[in-house]
Amino acid sequence: MIIEHPLLGPRDMAEFVYLGDAALINRPDWQDPDAANKYYEYQYLRDNPAGLHRELWYHEQGDRSWLVVTRDTLTHEITNVELARDVAVEEGRSR
Amino acid sequence: MRYSAFKVFLQGLTGNKGWQPMWREPEPKAEYDVVIIGGGGHGLATAYYLAKEFGISNIAVVEKGWIGSGNVGRNTTIIRSNYMLPGNEPFYELSLRLWEGLEQEFNYNAMISQRSILNIYHSDAQRDQFVRRANAMLLAGADAEMADADQLRKELPFLDFDNSRFPIKGGMFQRRGGTVRHDAVAWGYARGADSHGVDIIQNCEVTGINIENGTCQGVQTSRGIIKAKKVAVCVAGLSGRVMSYAGMRLPIESHVLQAFVTEGLKPVIPGVITFGAGHFYVSQSDKGGLVFGGDIDGYNTYAQRGNLPVVEDVAESGMAIMPMIGRARLLRSWGGVMDMSMDGSPFIDKTHIDGLYFNGGWCYGGFKATPASGYCYAHLLAKDVPHSTATEFRLDRFRRGHLIDEKGQGAQPNLH
Repeated sequence: MIIEHPLLGPRDMAEFVYLGDAALINRPDWQDPDAANKYYEYQYLRDNPAGLHRELWYHEQGDRSWLVVTRDTLTHEITNVELARDVAVEEGRSR
Repeated sequence: MRYSAFKVFLQGLTGNKGWQPMWREPEPKAEYDVVIIGGGGHGLATAYYLAKEFGISNIAVVEKGWIGSGNVGRNTTIIRSNYMLPGNEPFYELSLRLWEGLEQEFNYNAMISQRSILNIYHSDAQRDQFVRRANAMLLAGADAEMADADQLRKELPFLDFDNSRFPIKGGMFQRRGGTVRHDAVAWGYARGADSHGVDIIQNCEVTGINIENGTCQGVQTSRGIIKAKKVAVCVAGLSGRVMSYAGMRLPIESHVLQAFVTEGLKPVIPGVITFGAGHFYVSQSDKGGLVFGGDIDGYNTYAQRGNLPVVEDVAESGMAIMPMIGRARLLRSWGGVMDMSMDGSPFIDKTHIDGLYFNGGWCYGGFKATPASGYCYAHLLAKDVPHSTATEFRLDRFRRGHLIDEKGQGAQPNLH
């Protein structure tokens, strides 16, 4: 697979490390009364879809940026690549 | 149909025209006591043991393709019980014992060959770790044997002992480990289950699970609704998709594992050999091909094919322990989709929905578990209590904090 890095252009997947579902960006609030349950779901449960999947890749052998890659888990086709920082800021995170 | 030497002789004289199909092709009935989703090794073994050992024979096994078209036909056929943790080892040892008696049990030649498995170590620290594991295996009634480099030089002279990066210091044998003809396992269990009255329904895809008031009523399939008192999901690889019909999210990601086979060679590798400094395992099939594999690709996928970086990594690992395989030409490679669980260990459990049971999360170790998985799942389905060797394989173990993490990697499925 070739990942179209938003800053560096097309890069081989071997340069990256895979983390998992991009929902991992949304860490629950530790002060939430239901925090224990929310952290259990955040840490252990996955949607694991067959089809489009938004996922976190880390460019370890490159510029060390985190990317959110939208990829089809049935065909491996990559349709969108964003900087994870931009995604997090868009979702209301401070950084 | 039963086989005997006499029948083979008789059929040989009459042009082999008298063989019958090994199982029926029944139409699905409106209702069963148990519907098993998934006609792979585990599903067929479950049906077989339910009918034979637990006296429930009003069973259907529904399979979306043909039986054995999934991972039971896509693995590297290794059997072993060299685990360490108390939640795992007794279960895998039960499995190995069932393998040892399997051919007599279902009267089918599964070509079970206990040709040994060797885990190589490359450092003193790794030796200590293997000694600990070997002791854990012995305590659970399995066999384990430490071998130093001198012994390995005599037994396996082709290994690259003096490799400057990963010198081979010794290894741990499990002599009772080995390989099995994987397709024959599916066929043997299918024939055995069928002869006990189990309906094996192929080309029948489950498209939904009917749940009313928290109770599972049956399944919707491409061939109509089938009611069931109990529905047993057994679809490792696709667990996430099937359980989403019941609205459940699982501690599982689906990943692809690639495997490779070379052209046929004369006998060179006596048993199964695994690399200790990377992930690589190799054995030689009875046809002579070297069968080997390594790490999973490491990203979520349902495609039964992988990418090139893993191919390169597997080839490099192989070259690091036995450079002679560099001369062998690769015939083919393939990929299988597996349930990678959050701690690398499987699940055999009831769900919070009455009448809905789950078996999955086998990571890349499902094949060796086939007989025990079937037996323990049948035990759970028949008696509603887990078998004594499978009490830890619970879906809620992450919530309770009782993980069975052999590798100690934490909740990162692609690292198990």
